[in-house]
Amino acid sequence: MNISKEEVRYVAKLARLDIGDKEVENMTGQLDKILGYVAKLNELDTGPVEPTTHALSISNAFRNDVVRESLRQEDALANGPVHNEDAFVVPRVI
Amino acid sequence: MELPALSIHEVKDLLASGQVSAVEVAHSVFDRIEAVEDKVGAYITRNNEQALAQAEAADQAIKNGNGGALCGIPLSVKDVLCTKGIRTTCGSRILEPFIPPYDATVVEKLKKAGAVILGKVSMDEFAMGSSNENCAYGVPKNPWNLGYVCGGSSGGSAASVAADECLASIGSDTGGSIRQPASFCGVVGLKPTYGRVSRYGLVAFASSLDQLGPLTKNVQDSALLLNVICGYDEKDSTSVNLHVPDYTSALVEGLHGITVGIPREYFGEGLDNEVEQAVKNGIAALRDAGAHVVDVSLPHTDYGVAAYYIVACAEASSNLARFDGVKYGFRDTDAKTLLDMYRHTRSKGFGDEVKRRILIGTYALSSGYYDAYYKKASKVRTMIVEDYQKAFQSCDVLVSPVAPTPAWRIGEKIDDPLSMYLADILTIPANLAGIPGASVPCGLSGAGLPIGMQLQASHFEEEKLLQVAFNLEKQLALPVKKPAGIVS
Repeated sequence: MNISKEEVRYVAKLARLDIGDKEVENMTGQLDKILGYVAKLNELDTGPVEPTTHALSISNAFRNDVVRESLRQEDALANGPVHNEDAFVVPRVI
Repeated sequence: MELPALSIHEVKDLLASGQVSAVEVAHSVFDRIEAVEDKVGAYITRNNEQALAQAEAADQAIKNGNGGALCGIPLSVKDVLCTKGIRTTCGSRILEPFIPPYDATVVEKLKKAGAVILGKVSMDEFAMGSSNENCAYGVPKNPWNLGYVCGGSSGGSAASVAADECLASIGSDTGGSIRQPASFCGVVGLKPTYGRVSRYGLVAFASSLDQLGPLTKNVQDSALLLNVICGYDEKDSTSVNLHVPDYTSALVEGLHGITVGIPREYFGEGLDNEVEQAVKNGIAALRDAGAHVVDVSLPHTDYGVAAYYIVACAEASSNLARFDGVKYGFRDTDAKTLLDMYRHTRSKGFGDEVKRRILIGTYALSSGYYDAYYKKASKVRTMIVEDYQKAFQSCDVLVSPVAPTPAWRIGEKIDDPLSMYLADILTIPANLAGIPGASVPCGLSGAGLPIGMQLQASHFEEEKLLQVAFNLEKQLALPVKKPAGIVS
């Protein structure tokens, strides 16, 4: 087994996903198979190889710090499922 | 031929000489969409009203003599790109009500060039899929045979071009999502070098792999669209500040002085006989055009899929954290606590494949597994990059199949995610290395399904790619055949 049901439940919790018992069963089987396939990476000796995280060797991309127009607050809030005139509204936290 | 069946450059000529107006062109495409859309299902959201206004403006610009490069040309856009005032779903329920307050840079460039935006076309949810079956708004069909998938994730783009429901389309490619559907639907698809086209306003799947590009009826149109969409954008810090050439000047006849490399690992086990034959015919055509042909090796090709699904899922799990029911899209309003609101919103809003990839990515990045999965995959990525560097020392353009098989039946692979992933084995390496790749039609299978040939070149060598693509198209001179699935 590459991944257990408990691990799937734990990872789902980290990822803020609710997964029912039947879905856990299914997902565990599929993820197990996928991770089993991914294990073929271990056939390669990658000891001294540097990892690539970006296809081009761009380092920092700087721009001038200038004030410019941005979205109006009204437009930025418009897509919020629940909002008032000033902010997005979410269920009470404290 | 009917107007919607023409290519961009043909319609441009008709518009310039005043033989048709942009409004007439737009109406002819609306009619075509009306006629075939219930069979194909390429569009998620149509945009006739704005499109007509854009066509009217285009006619005015043509009259004033100041029309842009795409003045009056009707295009479809994959629903992964933000379009101001037009719903952008990304194929997901979680973005069903999302109306972007701004245009993606590519959309802005298309509009500036005078294009008419017909609407938003279908895709696998968040561009995750190879068949376009993971779409919350229905499954588009392959116009060549309605029982078959059109490929993915830019399936709606490819199907809309093949079915003449637009003149061309913009798609995105993270692991083959432009090239594979282009191959399945018999159109030309091109993924530019990473950084060539701004990703601003593209809903992110895997930020180090995503790139936008054209799906068109021929190679010339591909060059025309590249001219418009390429270029540095200060809103995308990964876009590259390099001069953009006139890509149409790369479309010259003859391949003397060009060396094409045949990567032997791309012709291995699992390659369909008809695909192999069609690609070999294509290689012979390139030789006839004057190309020098050599064998090359990309020894780590077979590890691409494994490395990709770790890297892409890791990036996706992080990128998709933003869909939490707060700032945009769907929210489950029954939840009483913030945490429940996040969980219920995401569980109801995302489809199975998206959840699967978020779980893989979260697992691969989680404490204790990071080195074994993400770091390992990133190192293998380096080995794939080095394979290409070595191969491009002895050739200009790599030539291979796009996918191991032609399109498969709808439903055939939907319950077996791994077999679906493996269908991308020949397109994924280009994304890991960030190099440009294209799919150009090179034949039909016995069952009448299109087969594409993949071309890959080194970073920023789109011109060589186009030159080889152009000559392949010319030499093969495939008979103009319309997709059988929608011929009534």
